[in-house]
Amino acid sequence: MIITIIQRAVMQGTPLLLGSTGEILTEKSGHLNLGIPGIMYVGAISGVAGSFLYENSLANPAAINPFLAVFIPLICSLLGSVLMGLIYCFLTVTLRANQNVTGLALTTFGIGIGNFFGGSLIKLVNLDVPSIALSTTSTIFKTPLPFADKLGWFGDIFLSYGFLVYVAIIVAILSSFILNKTRTGLHLRAVGESPETADAAGINVTKYKYLSTCIGSAIAGLGGLYYVMDYANGVWSNNGFGDRGWLSIALVIFSVWRPSVSILGSILFGFLYVIPTYIPNISVSAKKLFEMLPYVVTIIVLIITSMRNKKENQPPAALGLPYFREER
Amino acid sequence: MEKNIALELKNITKTFGSVVANKNISLQVRKGEILSILGENGSGKTTLMNMVSGIYFPDSGQIFADGKEIVIASPKDAFNHKIGMIHQHFKLVDVFSAAENIVLGLADEKKFDMPAYVEKIKEITEQYGFELDPHKKIYEMSVSEKQTVEIIKVLFRGADILILDEPTAVLTPQETVKLFKVLRNMRDAGKAIIIITHKLHEVLSLSDNVAVLRKGEYVGTVKTAETNESELTEMMVGKKVSLNIERSEPTNCEDRLIVENIKCVNRDGIKLLDNVSFEARSGEILGIAGIAGSGQRELLEAIAGLQHLDGGSVFYNNPETGEKENLRDKTPLEIRQMGVRLAFVPEDRLGMGLVGNMDIIDNMMLRSYKKGKSMFLQRKSPKTLAEKIIESLEVVTPSATTPVRRLSGGNVQKILVGREIASSPTVLMAAYPVRGLDINSSYTIYNLLNEQKQKGAAVIFVGEDLDVLIELCDRIMVIGSGRITGIVDGRNTTKEEIGILMTKSAEDKGDEQ
Repeated sequence: MIITIIQRAVMQGTPLLLGSTGEILTEKSGHLNLGIPGIMYVGAISGVAGSFLYENSLANPAAINPFLAVFIPLICSLLGSVLMGLIYCFLTVTLRANQNVTGLALTTFGIGIGNFFGGSLIKLVNLDVPSIALSTTSTIFKTPLPFADKLGWFGDIFLSYGFLVYVAIIVAILSSFILNKTRTGLHLRAVGESPETADAAGINVTKYKYLSTCIGSAIAGLGGLYYVMDYANGVWSNNGFGDRGWLSIALVIFSVWRPSVSILGSILFGFLYVIPTYIPNISVSAKKLFEMLPYVVTIIVLIITSMRNKKENQPPAALGLPYFREER
Repeated sequence: MEKNIALELKNITKTFGSVVANKNISLQVRKGEILSILGENGSGKTTLMNMVSGIYFPDSGQIFADGKEIVIASPKDAFNHKIGMIHQHFKLVDVFSAAENIVLGLADEKKFDMPAYVEKIKEITEQYGFELDPHKKIYEMSVSEKQTVEIIKVLFRGADILILDEPTAVLTPQETVKLFKVLRNMRDAGKAIIIITHKLHEVLSLSDNVAVLRKGEYVGTVKTAETNESELTEMMVGKKVSLNIERSEPTNCEDRLIVENIKCVNRDGIKLLDNVSFEARSGEILGIAGIAGSGQRELLEAIAGLQHLDGGSVFYNNPETGEKENLRDKTPLEIRQMGVRLAFVPEDRLGMGLVGNMDIIDNMMLRSYKKGKSMFLQRKSPKTLAEKIIESLEVVTPSATTPVRRLSGGNVQKILVGREIASSPTVLMAAYPVRGLDINSSYTIYNLLNEQKQKGAAVIFVGEDLDVLIELCDRIMVIGSGRITGIVDGRNTTKEEIGILMTKSAEDKGDEQ
């Protein structure tokens, strides 16, 4: 049972990890993108739409091409979420709109888009249940690494997941490396800490803001795709994604803007999310209390980091502030 | 000799709107030379150097580097011509280490190799005698260390021409000595160094040549060895101009405000006010002269109850009760409740003085809303006051309900002064009340101050134009680096005397070392 709980925690944590890695990259450029929940929705529905059209174009589901079955939803998902990222950038970087308002609007918009197209697709299939099942595609997304079933508990804990779980971890480690060890990372952090300093040093502030926000959105969108294709077994139902987008943003604070910490944080959040299911005879109200825990933990982390007041553990100094070059 | 010219400016002119910031300025700096650019506030020193460092673009004129004409359109261009400027306000990322800040924005093709960069930084620090730990975070640094980071940042990029804007303004005397040592080392290594300053003794002790600017115009360049303080002061402040400002004889003078040994130290341990003592008398205008940032703001805010003091006291002689009360560490509200009628026209009109988005009537209420008895606002008396001010001071405004930010600077100032004097103050403090105002508005303000003086208020006037101070004020107190360097009689002083006092205090401090 412990192995199952760990597996469920990792799977539950993966969308959060992708979402928070994307948000960390964006916030490092000084932009608080509260549109992440909406972007994850759009990432999910774009992938579902692409996959749906591909599966329905086939006469026989068994004849599915495994490469295309992954490639099409992946590209669709990336396109959808990058488009959302671009809208956010255009509004907040170019037009310098208020970041919080823009982000919240994008979240509402993204969830709306997801439910609208989700609803349309559900109508197309004309089923009795209000959901679409892409089970063939999902099977491919869920293919575990080789030898997963031959290595006992080791295989179960480390190798039994679909490829997007490993992508999420690699992306987080890679982000951590880029942020801390490369020139690009140094420049990006400078943009988020003090855009006027970066500008004076000859760094293209706008370019960094656009790139980090769009790449961040793409990564977050993958979290949505993972949720539908892997975690939910290819079943799209409206509002199924729930509050995972907000949890991702909470995870950013929990991991004090470090993608590497976010890996462990996501598993902890996932654990807190699934644990009530494994407690026998738990009441509904107690279950809700457990769902609250990740947020409580985040608030505690906020209190501790604010009290210790260590500069490295604070959000990027220019987070949420528009940058006007003329004002220097 | 002429081949050694590192940088030459020819007939540089720059205007901002109708204001001429630089007019036909030409100067040269050679390799292995320290050139001081000397001038009062607003004489165009920083503007001139900002054109060399690529922040502004000149309207006309030419810039030559190493004998070739160059165009500097951005800070990057300046770097490419090996020109580096160290600004007064540092541009550093707080959570980065010194080394990270130094390599920031460097676009070389080589691999990003932090240890190698740190090695190179250490070489530079050893070569010129800096003291710096490349791994120290900026937020843990003192101002002087931050300045060192800025200088190394420029040297790291291979700059041969260094421009420092008021480098000693934020340093303690000991740190200044260290900085000068490093600058001399750099000069001996063949760098051309330009320092912008208004401190005469620094000019004399550090530089080889001095170029003097006055009100945007180039006065001349002299060899430091062949000049002295009084000649430089005269070049800097110029001849006296007559303004014909009215000045009545002070009447019924008695000490209204007695400031005793007040001290104020900022977070970096710099003394903003150092043992300041003086009296402001009723029926008299006390002028305060000094280079901007010498402690004028802190002094006025200390009296108004807005600045925490580290020592000393501020006594108020109440003319009604005859009692002597200490205002130190009282809030503005407490001061008012004690019956002290203190009016303050701050430097920052739309920041501290008025609320830009509120209309004239509401701005009047900021002073009087506590008088209201019911829970609803009573607009009647502020409205009367607003209309009275608009009429008597000839404020140009569509109506009393126009947001203050839409008015011109002069009209904003009239409203602020009008409101402050409406409470018939016993002490009126005005910081740079005519800054940015046209001549007519300026005279209106002078008249208002004179009127208050005749009514028996103790008026404190902080100004920057020495001609105005000399004609308007009864006594002029000169402040330099947070110290009172002298109090002179406005009727028989000269610009030179005040000019020398303005630059004096820092010099005395230097001698103590």
